[in-house]
Amino acid sequence: MADQSSVTDGIHYHQHDVVIVGAGGAGMRAAIEAAPKASTAVITKLYPTRSHTGAAQGGMAAALANVEEDSNEWHTYDTVKGGDYLTDQDSAEILTREAIDAVYDLENMGLPFNRTEDGKIDQRRFGGHTRDHGKAPVRRACYAADRTGHMILQTLYQNCVKHGVEFFNEFYALDLVMAEVDGVQRVSGVVAYELATGEIHVFQGKSVVFATGGFGKIYKTTSNAHTLTGDGVGIVWRKGLPLEDMEFYQFHPTGLAGLGILLTEGARGEGAILRNASGERFMERYAPTIKDLAPRDIVARSMVQEVLDGRGAGPHKDYVYLDCTHLGAEVLETKLPDITEFARTYLGVDPVTERVPVYPTAHYAMGGIPTNNDAEVLLDNETVVPGLYAAGECACVSVHGANRLGTNSLLDINVFGKRAGNNAVAYAQTADFVDMPTDAADGVVKLLAQLREGSGSENVAEIRKALQETMDRNAQVFRTDETLQTALADIAVLRQRYPNVRIHDRGRRFNTDLLEAVELGFLLDLAEIVVVSAINRKESRGAHMRDDFPTRDDENYMQHTMAYRTAGEIGVPQEIRLDWKPVRVTHYEPQERKY
Amino acid sequence: MAATQVTGTPGEETAAQAAQTEGGTAPAEVDSAQEGHDRPLEAGEAVEEPQSFPVTVIVRRYDPEVDDEPRWVDYDVQMFATERILDALHRIKWEQDPSLAFRRSCAHGVCGSDAMRINGKNRLACKALVKDFDTSKPIYVEAIKGLPLEKDLIVNMEPFFDSFREIQPFLQASSKPEKERHQTIAQRERFDDTTKCILCAACTTSCPVFWTDGQYFGPAAIVNAHRFIFDSRDEASQVRLDILNDREGVWRCRTTFNCTDACPRGIQVTKAIAEVKQAMMTGVKL
Ligand SMILES: Cc1cc2nc3c(=O)[nH]c(=O)nc-3n(C[C@H](O)[C@H](O)[C@H](O)COP(=O)(O)OP(=O)(O)OC[C@H]3O[C@@H](n4cnc5c(N)ncnc54)[C@H](O)[C@@H]3O)c2cc1C
Ligand code: SF4
Ligand code: FES
Repeated sequence: MADQSSVTDGIHYHQHDVVIVGAGGAGMRAAIEAAPKASTAVITKLYPTRSHTGAAQGGMAAALANVEEDSNEWHTYDTVKGGDYLTDQDSAEILTREAIDAVYDLENMGLPFNRTEDGKIDQRRFGGHTRDHGKAPVRRACYAADRTGHMILQTLYQNCVKHGVEFFNEFYALDLVMAEVDGVQRVSGVVAYELATGEIHVFQGKSVVFATGGFGKIYKTTSNAHTLTGDGVGIVWRKGLPLEDMEFYQFHPTGLAGLGILLTEGARGEGAILRNASGERFMERYAPTIKDLAPRDIVARSMVQEVLDGRGAGPHKDYVYLDCTHLGAEVLETKLPDITEFARTYLGVDPVTERVPVYPTAHYAMGGIPTNNDAEVLLDNETVVPGLYAAGECACVSVHGANRLGTNSLLDINVFGKRAGNNAVAYAQTADFVDMPTDAADGVVKLLAQLREGSGSENVAEIRKALQETMDRNAQVFRTDETLQTALADIAVLRQRYPNVRIHDRGRRFNTDLLEAVELGFLLDLAEIVVVSAINRKESRGAHMRDDFPTRDDENYMQHTMAYRTAGEIGVPQEIRLDWKPVRVTHYEPQERKY
Repeated sequence: MAATQVTGTPGEETAAQAAQTEGGTAPAEVDSAQEGHDRPLEAGEAVEEPQSFPVTVIVRRYDPEVDDEPRWVDYDVQMFATERILDALHRIKWEQDPSLAFRRSCAHGVCGSDAMRINGKNRLACKALVKDFDTSKPIYVEAIKGLPLEKDLIVNMEPFFDSFREIQPFLQASSKPEKERHQTIAQRERFDDTTKCILCAACTTSCPVFWTDGQYFGPAAIVNAHRFIFDSRDEASQVRLDILNDREGVWRCRTTFNCTDACPRGIQVTKAIAEVKQAMMTGVKL
């Protein structure tokens, strides 16, 4: 159905049954379900094919058992254990069970997976994925060379073209509109800013799906795109809805040293080995059974430990090596061509003959907008916001717990993206539109005016850089109360400076200066929640490693953090209230995590 | 203004020193901050720190709200050899003139946002390294050609995506298998090259035919048609061949190889176009 729209007082109004924000893997997977059944709009700040799903390399997990024995129960066990027992186990069961169809769906849609000798989808090893509850690594990751994410993104976009999905490209969602109906908070729509014109658009929808991806740009060294500024998570937060498990941020072990550009774990899946300065395969000491294929939190920590203990390589002894030299040119060129090229282009190192300098890079947000298994957004531990859904990296179901396993995110975006799309359209088929308040756009208009007309002297890039530096220094792989308090104090100062930023571009067209300022606002909000949640969790679990509380404390902390905003307009200090939410346990009692 | 073509010699430099990120921080900082850990150098060891040097970047600016015509503006930026042209643009935007407008996202050549004309040649700004240019001369940066200029380095991408959508870029297969469709390794290999496309438009906007005739489908659309025409699972090859047999289709290609040179993904674009032409004459060989 074509877009229904009108203009009043310079503001555009649109109406669609389903409004999806974000056109990465999760958003487009949802759109493919929704668009054939109801009028659907996809609002995206990037052209769909520019979304960062396209950067994903290594693979997508599913126990197809195409190359060796496997079962989704093993996959569930690995996901729960990998998540350091913070994973909601019923959610993990759904993830691994629906994984199989999620892969077949993609193949049927046209995804060119690598193939086995007998023509089936080939599978490779990945960190933390094991046979029979940890006995040995298992080949579970379905892949297309080392551009699996690229192929997923392209395939989903191709199928959106097929279904005639209506995209609003380079539209930045900046606010969520909710209204009370019979005492219940319901979703009414989304307010967006059109990059090309500077105009404001209000999208009324019976249901709204957030699929806006992660927020790696709170850190400096990251595998994430410049555009991953957590807008969707920030929008939901500013509405007073909670965020879950924000302290759990994953650092991927193998970023190109100094740059953060990712080299997939699939390299280690194919046999690459991490070595310290003296050439020692140090993972044998930290994870004797599965060594280099231990989960990311463990490998990243081990690498940093090697460097802290003086065994780092290079002139500053500040990185370790990823050794692919024994894999041979053939494997590198055919199974890992992109990362081979990244190392050549950006570091001038040829993985065929040389060891590649690597160091952990900020990679993935386990936390985000809390949802139930139906992708419905929660406003407390149980209550849903009718009509509001979230899926993908911006959401927290939680299938990843305290540490996501590699290849489980491409899986997550497909399984929960599909669920979000299906449920959003089912909801839209029975529900009515919620009246759009007449002042729906006011918040965004005010926010933009405040920034645009500010006469301060602060520079957006400087504040962002200072934020990213303090986060890298103080809230990275190892944290203590002291480092986190330092980060918190730094953020408080930056938040005070933020309202005085000066926008130099006073124009309306393609004003990326203005939008970078808006994005910075979200980064500041989210970084603070990460740090506050991290201070509060006085234990070490998964990706959250507290040097001052080095062990896991199930008695007090085997629960999810729920953060709520109680104050914090622009210029007003943010007030954050923390609460807990129980972990759902089905079959797996917490055990010591050894690999 | 005519920009001189500068050829670089990637890979010739000695293995890069730890490159600098956009803020200019060496990785050391991360650790030294943790527990104030200083890593002393070994006795007698001297570290040669990479040095930055001044580079002049001349950008073709255009803001239709104020400018009648595009204008070239000079910027001097301090750069390291291992940095990207995208880093130079960021330095201009973040330190000198925040109004400079350009697209970018991934910063490592996989999203296709930042195709632009750099010294007269289409490149991704995030894959063009400073060391590949002769920095004793200015580096010229302008928007890709042949698509409507919107502002500074941003063009309207819609006509480009329209051509892509027209070739029916999605798998068309009637069977509904229970699991995956099968495909041999060789069948999968047949169209591997053209699956790499990131729709950056570097090829299409480097094509002289496209510059003079914006109706021409352009190399990128043909590359994406090729990706399906040679996929053993697809059943609509003929439909796509018919579409491309049009006046504005493959026969417009004059094999100038600009597209192949421009492609940041290393796709053999001209070869793909030739294979599509061949298929029109002799049928699809899988
Ligand atoms: C380098 C790299 C490699 C990876 N490799 C793997 C892997 O091998 N296997 C695996 O399982 N996972 C991998 N991951 C993780 C995985 O790729 C991501 O978590 C996942 O793709 C996120 O998908 P998404 O749809 O949630 O978000 P994205 O793909 O990031 O999409 C976000 C979308 O939201 C839109 N958006 C954002 N803000 C706004 C706004 N304000 N208004 C409108 N639209 C907005 C954007 O335009 C975009 O379309 C990798 C991640 C990285 C960075
Ligand atoms: S073929 Fe190459 S140059 Fe052309 S759009 Fe695709 S990736 Fe870009
Ligand atoms: S910014 Fe993504 S390709 Fe250059």
